[in-house]
Formats: sequence, structure tokens, C-alpha cells
Amino acid sequence: MCRGLIGKKLGMTALFTSEGEYVPVTVVQVGPCVVTQIKAMSSDGYNAIQLGFGERKKSRINKPMQGHLKKSGAGCFEFLREVPVDDPGEYKLGQTVDLDLFAIGERIDVTGTTKGRGFAGVIKRHGFHGGKKTHGSRSHRIPGSIGCSAWPAKVIRGKKMPGQYGNSRKTVRNLEIVDIRPEQNLMLIKGAVPGSGHGLVEIKKPKFAK
Amino acid sequence: METIRQLEREMMRLDIPSFAAGDTVKVNVKIKEGEKERIQAFQGVVISKRGIGTGATFTVRKVSYGIGVERIFPLHSPVIDKIEIITRGRVRRSKIYYLRKLRGKAARIRERRLT
Repeated sequence: MCRGLIGKKLGMTALFTSEGEYVPVTVVQVGPCVVTQIKAMSSDGYNAIQLGFGERKKSRINKPMQGHLKKSGAGCFEFLREVPVDDPGEYKLGQTVDLDLFAIGERIDVTGTTKGRGFAGVIKRHGFHGGKKTHGSRSHRIPGSIGCSAWPAKVIRGKKMPGQYGNSRKTVRNLEIVDIRPEQNLMLIKGAVPGSGHGLVEIKKPKFAK
Repeated sequence: METIRQLEREMMRLDIPSFAAGDTVKVNVKIKEGEKERIQAFQGVVISKRGIGTGATFTVRKVSYGIGVERIFPLHSPVIDKIEIITRGRVRRSKIYYLRKLRGKAARIRERRLT
């Protein structure tokens, strides 16, 4: 069995359940994905399939990639991602994998690239409280002391400081599937997933099942 | 974006009548008690209506045994069985929060005549 799929985040909204509960959901367009390469234990040392998702013009893809995609014979893709499988013998090149893999109420892990915040200060990046805004304070958003003096005479490794925040790969685990609409290839996931709208997300079977 | 709008449109209730602040409404709410389901009515003046899409809500105020009670309902909630409009009131603003400070005769709302 295939352990995951790739999709595109469309955005967020909220829906009512039949009990009247208002549930925030992320709408993700998942698949249909096409198998573009099969990796087997005997030839590659691990079991996986490479999936293609999204459309791209042939002229936008370089020649080596065109040659690679020709093998599956299913056109050109915007994204290619590998997902582990239990038995690669189940899959053929050019085969379509879709949402049947998941069921409503199941838990999933979602991986995406978070929104980039650029070079961010400690308040935004690490949730520091910051200094006083008034009463003569001049320390508004600065991190404050970063350590002691003569001993240890250095800043401890891993000290939380300003720097690049966001635009990194993050996984949110054990999210619940609220609804699946196979005819539109839509999956509604409870809560937020990393990344902006139109961003690529990988939907996987949970690593640590609850 | 269009897909999300479509999903929201599916969620919205089309059987909700149009009403505005100043109107007196009777909201029939479904209440679950164990296995059984019954309907409870909440009648009062709409003092606010806000939001668009599935997140829209309205506030109903009534005075119960001399104590003002306000309840906020999600407009498209499946918990609402029915909304009945008792009277249409004529008010000059969309949020009539000033009603909270008024008691008795001063808290009356003139009825709107539909001509």
C-alpha cells in the first residue's frame, strides 16, 4: 500500500457538523497522482514510488526530465515526490493513485513549506514577551541578556536569537480528515496545515498513530 | 478560491428569512437531551447581525424576569430549526446596542410599515 499522496493547499474555511459544531477546515486538492518511477528493494535498496502531480508545459521542462517522464507516458508534471510503499509490485508506471487511500475520520500527517517571514526578531520567531512599551523603557522588542559574563564566557549553543523564520519544511501530525470528495479530488482537513494557498503539501499516513 | 466559495455555499442555509436589527424574531433551537431532541424557542429583538458566509451570526436580546438575556446564534447553524419573524422594527442603525441601557417604555421599537 502507498503511504501518502501529494496535493495543493487551496485555503481555509469552516463548516458545521450535524451537531452544530463549527469546525475549521483546510481544503486541499489531493491528486490524482501518477506513478512516474518505481523503486524496489532489489534495485534501489528501499521500496517507494515516485508520484507526479500538477500540470506543466513540456517546454518548461528540461530534456533530462522529459526523458525521465517519458517512461511513465503520462505527460509532464509540476511536482515529483517519492512516497514509501509496502509492496512496489502493486504499482505500474503511469498508474493513477487517488484519494481512495484515505477514509473520513482517519488521522494523517501533513508536510509543507511554511510561509517565509524573512529575518525575524525574537518576539515573532520565538514568542519572547518583549520589554515595556512605556515608563521610560527603551527595550521594546530586543532579546535582552543572552548569557552570563566571565563564566562561561561564551553564548550557549542553541540560544534563541533573531534570524530567518519560516520558509522551512514542517510537518503537522495527527490531523483529522473531516471530509473527502473524490469527484473533485478534495480533502477537508481539520485545522491548519503549513504553507500558503497554492502551496504543495504531502499527505501521509500517520507516523505515530494516536 | 472558487472551490472554497462553492463549499461555503453548500453549507449555507437558504431557508433563513431575511431580517435586520430591530426586528423581533422567534428562534426555534434544537436541543439534544440524551437520546431525545426537542425544540426550544428564544424570542427577542435582533440587536446585531454580522459577518458574511458561513461565519455570519446574529444577536437576539430579550428581557426575562427583569434581567436582560442575549444570545448569539450562528446564522447558518443546523441547530436552528426555524426563525420566525414576529414584527419588523424601524430603527436607524444596524447595531442597536443602545437598547441595553433602556428599560420599559423607552425600550420600545416603532414598527415598520411595509408600504
